[in-house]
Amino acid sequence: MLSFIFQRLLQSVFVMLAVSLIAFSLFRFVGDPVAQMVGQETSIEDQENLRERLGLNDSLVTQYARFVGNLTRGEFGYSYRTRQPVSEMIISRLPATLELGFVSLIISLLVGIPAGIYTALKTGFLSNALLVATLVGISIPTFVIGIFLIYVFGVELGWLPTFGRGDTVQIGWWQSSLLSWDGLKSMLLPAVTLGIYQLTLTMRLVRAEMQDVLKTDYIKFATARGINYRSLYVNHAFRNTLVPVITIVGLQLGGIIAFSIVTESVFQWPGMGLLFLDSIRYVDIPVMSVYLVLIAVMFVSINLLVDLLYFFIDPRVRLKSAKG
Amino acid sequence: MSLLSTFRRVSRENELLYLFLHNPVAQVAALIALLCICGAAFSPWLAPTNPYDIASIDIMDSLVPPAWSDEGDSRFLIGTDDQGRDLLSAILYGTRLSLLVGLLSVGFACTLGVTVGLMAGYFGGRFDTIMMRIADVQLSLPAILVALLIDGIARGILPRDQHDHLMIVVLTIAIGLSLWVNFARTVRASTMVERNKEYVQASEIMGMHPLRIMLVHILPNIMGPILVILTVDLAVAILLEATLSFLGVGVPPNQPSLGTLIRIGTEYLFSGEWWIVIFPSAMLIIMIVSINILGDFLRDAFNPRLR
Amino acid sequence: MKLLDINKLTVKFPTRFGEFKALDNVSLDVNAGEIHGLVGESGAGKSTVGAAVIGLLQSPGYVAGGKIHFMGENLCELDADAYHRLRGSRISMIFQDPQTSLNPLLTISAQLVETIRQHSDLSHSEALEQAIGLLKETGLHNVEQRIDDYPHQFSGGMRQRVVIALALCTDPELIIADEPTTALDVSVQKQILELIRTLCTTRNIGIILITHDIGVINEITDRVTVLRNGRVIESGPTAKVLGHPEDEYTHALMMAVPRLDKRLDRFKNIVAEDNFDESDNQWQVEGASAALASDWLLAERKVDQSVAASAHVSRSPILEVNDLDVTFYSGQPRWFGKRAGFKALSDINLEVRTGEVLGIVGESGSGKSTLAKAIVGLVDPSAGSMLFRGKALPEGSKRDRHHAVRRQIQMVFQDPFSSLNNRLTVERIIAEPIRFYGLSGDKKEIRKLVASVLDLVEMPQRAMLKYPHQFSGGQRQRIAVARALVARPEFLICDEPTSALDVSIQAQMLNLLKDLQQAFGLSILFISHNLAVIRQMADRVVVLKEGRLIETAETEAFFNSPTDEYSQMLLRETPSLSLVKV
Repeated sequence: MLSFIFQRLLQSVFVMLAVSLIAFSLFRFVGDPVAQMVGQETSIEDQENLRERLGLNDSLVTQYARFVGNLTRGEFGYSYRTRQPVSEMIISRLPATLELGFVSLIISLLVGIPAGIYTALKTGFLSNALLVATLVGISIPTFVIGIFLIYVFGVELGWLPTFGRGDTVQIGWWQSSLLSWDGLKSMLLPAVTLGIYQLTLTMRLVRAEMQDVLKTDYIKFATARGINYRSLYVNHAFRNTLVPVITIVGLQLGGIIAFSIVTESVFQWPGMGLLFLDSIRYVDIPVMSVYLVLIAVMFVSINLLVDLLYFFIDPRVRLKSAKG
Repeated sequence: MSLLSTFRRVSRENELLYLFLHNPVAQVAALIALLCICGAAFSPWLAPTNPYDIASIDIMDSLVPPAWSDEGDSRFLIGTDDQGRDLLSAILYGTRLSLLVGLLSVGFACTLGVTVGLMAGYFGGRFDTIMMRIADVQLSLPAILVALLIDGIARGILPRDQHDHLMIVVLTIAIGLSLWVNFARTVRASTMVERNKEYVQASEIMGMHPLRIMLVHILPNIMGPILVILTVDLAVAILLEATLSFLGVGVPPNQPSLGTLIRIGTEYLFSGEWWIVIFPSAMLIIMIVSINILGDFLRDAFNPRLR
Repeated sequence: MKLLDINKLTVKFPTRFGEFKALDNVSLDVNAGEIHGLVGESGAGKSTVGAAVIGLLQSPGYVAGGKIHFMGENLCELDADAYHRLRGSRISMIFQDPQTSLNPLLTISAQLVETIRQHSDLSHSEALEQAIGLLKETGLHNVEQRIDDYPHQFSGGMRQRVVIALALCTDPELIIADEPTTALDVSVQKQILELIRTLCTTRNIGIILITHDIGVINEITDRVTVLRNGRVIESGPTAKVLGHPEDEYTHALMMAVPRLDKRLDRFKNIVAEDNFDESDNQWQVEGASAALASDWLLAERKVDQSVAASAHVSRSPILEVNDLDVTFYSGQPRWFGKRAGFKALSDINLEVRTGEVLGIVGESGSGKSTLAKAIVGLVDPSAGSMLFRGKALPEGSKRDRHHAVRRQIQMVFQDPFSSLNNRLTVERIIAEPIRFYGLSGDKKEIRKLVASVLDLVEMPQRAMLKYPHQFSGGQRQRIAVARALVARPEFLICDEPTSALDVSIQAQMLNLLKDLQQAFGLSILFISHNLAVIRQMADRVVVLKEGRLIETAETEAFFNSPTDEYSQMLLRETPSLSLVKV
């Protein structure tokens, strides 16, 4: 078990180094950091001094090492655009994105998994309707869904707020929308918008995996032994679909974070996605590179978590690693 | 010989055609996709006006509603946008742009992915390990993020005036690079299955050149999964392009794609000018749905487990 | 009253070419305490009978007519819930592949206890106790320690015992065993069959045993029903059906089964595949004929009649294998310490003499296929050397792509469904070696040759226009042989060339290989797990076990009195055909 985790950790470190290298090259080679920081009237000498002070004249290896060192200490540098520390900007935006992602993940799983199982087991009108709906679901761009929802529920019906987070509750540095009625109302539309695409993906995947498992010999054998259908579907069939489903859910979290950029833009949701989008528009490299590294950290942790989950679900993984 | 084995031996090509001819949904989808492609390809001849030609646009014509409404203008069948462009023409040209970027980037992703996947799957070893690690890293950065990043980098590197010209190339590369992993992984997995089949071993024993084995023997046998990914990813690429354009980092504003039109339309949606959003969105959705239906059809048709 | 009485059962499968009758008026009955064998070749409908009885016909199949009476009750009239309650409690099933018939995520105790409690009011601990008792009865060792293990921790034979325990745990009256030993090695097969026999007698259970293997039928069934294309051909006590078959087909089937106890020159009276219509047979390439193919194949290399006539003992070796080791390393290099290696072959010494057939026999994991791969250069040996016609044979990765040996040694593979490229026409498949080895450059001549060679392997010439998937397994294997032949090889490796084929097709294939071997004086390395096939084909026999060479002997001497204990065991455990009279 320990060696298994150790191996995975090593892999994660490798991925993180690769991503930080990309982030570093972004920072170092896209545009001239000094030219970005100073105004037009700064003299050449002053620029040279700044260059020296920032260590841009050191060898690239040293610079990269310093870059990684700073990252691990949480020193993310200053935004070219707002001159604020990037770390502050990120911290003020992080909760909004995480809460939005969390709620939409819950929506997509709570609806997607049961619907997937249902469509795998039953044929009939409802099942077919759901399947058609998923096909449309993966085909409609997130932003169109968002606009449509805003138009119907915000403009025409006027039931729900269409932009911003509404009232938030402050817990330490964490601003939460989940604890106030207004905040929850504001979150509903963006979370649904973000969740629909993932929901359809989950549903299609669960259905496909479930159909595969239902064709296996061990399900046939269990049926021939007269195991009741409830246990057959839940305990035998669904459990065996969990491994691929968890893999995809892990990947989906990434998808949610990525598409939160779009959702945040549509709903003017003050999260990291909006920050990233602005940083791209204004070529704000420090923010871009930190965002990149942060996303990678999230991903690596999710993958690690997924691997650990395999460990508990699948005895084959567990026992193999116990031996080796 | 039993009847059953006769059935099994009906050729695969015929089977695909048979399934297609007995699947009206797929036929309709194919027809719509074909119409979209034709409409896009012949847009300069089909469109009433040229939306890229600034001289032909009159700002006085801006925000004209569709022709059938009270304030409509018979010159503009489905109305105009905020700058007075004929919406129908803009949609036709926009579809052309969306499809062009989609096809080019999927072509790019396919070429890169199939090459890498074939080699990784066939040779295995270190090359395989390295390529798959790279794929893993990239997979941990979602497609839209990769595309945004590349776009951001391009903005940083390219001077502003050139940026707009090269935007379509940048977009193609950005989307292509974010999609190649799908091809590479699928092709690698299929290649590894084929590689262990005895017909490939027979070729190896003969001493055939690996390149020839890959191209003549393996590639034709894995066309099924490639075709499926090609279709599904075309839809994804069009979706990505629309999303990027919607976010304002895609194609330049003077050459609106469907995503750009929708972004422009959003600003007017709340003041009652619904047509600027609805028509481009409908076009986009119809196109993507029909491609996805075809993708689903191909997936089912090529899935050995369902046969 | 009969335990099970199937009366004129018809099962249909709607397909897009119309309805396909999988079973056509099948009648048979089973008594308690009796094993009733169902035998037939692929497509005979054996498994469909089992599925129909337990009510699990694969969709969209349905019972179109007839009755299935189980202890007087017509199963066809039961509703879905009542049928499901019957499953497990009164009728149970054993599947073919123990690797896939157990749920990999649940311990065997969990699976047993769940099944037992599904059909009784026992508490968990009582059920567990019963499960332990059952596992002991089925001959699992260390039951108490192993009951909480997962399926993948057991070997194939042990897993099949668990499967049998699962089928038994509810005390059913009828068990349907669908090819219960097909996926197992001979030595394990015997034990499982004995177990089934014992359980049948002691518990007075009726068993339907579905198999394609006449040997298994001979070994344990009381009565047997022969099926073909969904119809009952013949039914009766095993000794009578096997020993004195009344139907022509049954007779032909018995003749086609290779015998362990004596060597035949050829298989006689075998069922022909009625596969080609007139237009197939009439189509011909001008000037092509089997004779032309023979002449062309022999053109460069006159069969040395003196060699052919001489006793094969005195001939010179064409291939020598000395102290050969093959080690496989696990895929990923380990981070610490040495890479873990698995020795697939160690210290193999053997020679194949010119013009002889050397049979290699062994169970799964014995390394017989690895040996073939090392010779053709698909895997690199880790030690040892090989000589071909007296010259050193470089190992695979160092063998030049244009090395002469690549033409001289050809291979026929096991699985006819994967050994041909489905995307090429048969013409291109067979023409490829001719072109590749530069044996002929003339388009017209190549076409003529391809047609002729097809003629030689008893396929219509028109086959060259089609794609492999349009042919049956046996026909594909002929195409594979044709592909190997056109390279004008001197040495042919046949790796289980008939194990994927039905008995009657196997007999045809073996006849063809024998004819070709004699006509062209080929030296053949013939690999098989089936001792009876080896006896029919080989001049000498080599026995492999877990990567080691156990015994080398002349075929007749080996089968009459094997010296090694393991060889004796193999021969003993192979089901005999004592009831079949020739």
